[in-house]
Amino acid sequence: MSETPHIDIDYVANLARLDMTDAEKAKLGTQLDDILGYFDKLNAVDVDGVEPMAHAHRVFNVWREGDQPGETYAPEVLTKMAPESRDNQVVVPKVVE
Amino acid sequence: MQYEAVIGLEIHVQIKTRTKMFTAAPYEYGAAPNTLTDAVVLGLPGTLPVLNHTAIEKCAKLGLMLGCEIAEVCKWDRKNYFYPDSPKNYQLTQNEEPLCIGGKVEIELPGPSRNVEGEHRWVALNRIHLEEDPGKLTHEAFETVIDFNRAGVPLAEIVTEPDMSSSTEAVAFLNCLRNMIVYAGISDCDMEKGQMRCDANVSLRPVGSDKLGTRTEMKNLNSISNVKAAIEYEIERQTEILEEGGSITQETRRWDVESGTSFSLRSKEEAHDYRYFPDPDLMPVQMDRARVAELEAELPERPLDKQRRYQEELGLPFTITSVLCVDRELSEFFEEALKTHNAPKQIANYITNDLLRELSAVSEHGESAHSVGQSKLTPAHIATLAKIIDEGVISKQIGKEVFTEMFATGEMPDAIVEKKGLKQSNDTGEIEALCREAIAGNAKAVGQYKDGNEKALNALKGPVMKATKGKANPAMLDQLLKKLIDEGE
Repeated sequence: MSETPHIDIDYVANLARLDMTDAEKAKLGTQLDDILGYFDKLNAVDVDGVEPMAHAHRVFNVWREGDQPGETYAPEVLTKMAPESRDNQVVVPKVVE
Repeated sequence: MQYEAVIGLEIHVQIKTRTKMFTAAPYEYGAAPNTLTDAVVLGLPGTLPVLNHTAIEKCAKLGLMLGCEIAEVCKWDRKNYFYPDSPKNYQLTQNEEPLCIGGKVEIELPGPSRNVEGEHRWVALNRIHLEEDPGKLTHEAFETVIDFNRAGVPLAEIVTEPDMSSSTEAVAFLNCLRNMIVYAGISDCDMEKGQMRCDANVSLRPVGSDKLGTRTEMKNLNSISNVKAAIEYEIERQTEILEEGGSITQETRRWDVESGTSFSLRSKEEAHDYRYFPDPDLMPVQMDRARVAELEAELPERPLDKQRRYQEELGLPFTITSVLCVDRELSEFFEEALKTHNAPKQIANYITNDLLRELSAVSEHGESAHSVGQSKLTPAHIATLAKIIDEGVISKQIGKEVFTEMFATGEMPDAIVEKKGLKQSNDTGEIEALCREAIAGNAKAVGQYKDGNEKALNALKGPVMKATKGKANPAMLDQLLKKLIDEGE
């Protein structure tokens, strides 16, 4: 391989909405670079003439027919899991995209 | 410098199925919050999505209706993002290999006036992909509340090419698109219920240039009038910036209905990076070609094709076809009536004038019956009415009375005519006597007629019609009066 793969830890942490200390960034950044380096071995494999695939098995058309409604949860199943809820809705700090 | 706008639209349409895209939880609009979820909708650990076959077929049908090519194979990807409308922090969508490719939609632009047909043109599509709707957020003063009922509803995203140049074209496109989708039974496209939503991409470029300028994306356009207003605002905003020598920032903007302005949400620096990757839980779909052909054969005639056919083959004017063809139920009602009595103009007139007038009157009175299917009238009612008028059994004037009666009661027109004794009178003896009376009683009108004023005859017809309660055959009456006056000379 020509270059050691590198991951921009600040960028990735921001995408994942993770707040990290500089020490964590240094540690995890190195570990992630190692992981990428490991996957980079795949680039050494000659895949000319191999068709790209989405899955290990060539299985298609796994679906549900008939459009028949199934069971639903009571709202409490959801609201019990949420830190805060009101009138059967989950409440979060105000977010406007 | 003169600028021209380049507009592309992304339209999300909820596909009308009973259950969700990746699980059997049902969906209906207006259900109590968070009552339409299950483990898959909530993205609980260990759950696996399973494709909804009905949604795939309906989306393929949508693609066929819009002239797309249906992919041999399509698959689903994860679009990763953190926002509370998504319970699992990714949306299942089709990034790389969508179900429908390309396509084009015929649009009709507004004419110089309501009665005049406008220009037609085609708008090119890029693709249609099939994904899941996120949950619904309601932003309150200090908090956001989440209802996941909508999460997982099958959603088709129709992406156009940057192929429109004005808000007028965008509005025409949305109207024509909606008519076609409703026709094919794929969605009801009720924008108020969120069944159809639109984002608009707008950029400007010097007139004649073939290079695209920097574009902005407008979100939150939940009515056709919002789409129009937001595009016009954005064209004006960008024109001002460019004329002052500035440059456009690529950004997403939110349209604010109340202020009639838009504001920036995020700029290019924090552009989307969704880290798409193929979803390992879903298998790709291979579209069976024979089945695709079957779906294509099931498609209804497209509204504008129908409009052309009605004009060219049935000789109907635009004022009528524009009303008749936007509503599939109405046009089918019309065609059914033609099978009983093949008089397109008369029948179309009854439907687009009298029937629609009565239906809207019912709606205004707050009663629920307002669509053709809910009224008491069948195609046979209208056809029979047109037939007995054509055969001279009753006059057009009496026809109006019969129409009102049959609309209210659902009785057949011939039965009403029989019951109320409305048959046009062809009894020459009685009418002749009445004509003689009329001629004797109005020497002035007779004089005018003799001087060549044909219209003066109307003054003589009036009393006869009145005496016969409108049942005198007008054509016969005309002839008789002329004959009697001529004889009297």
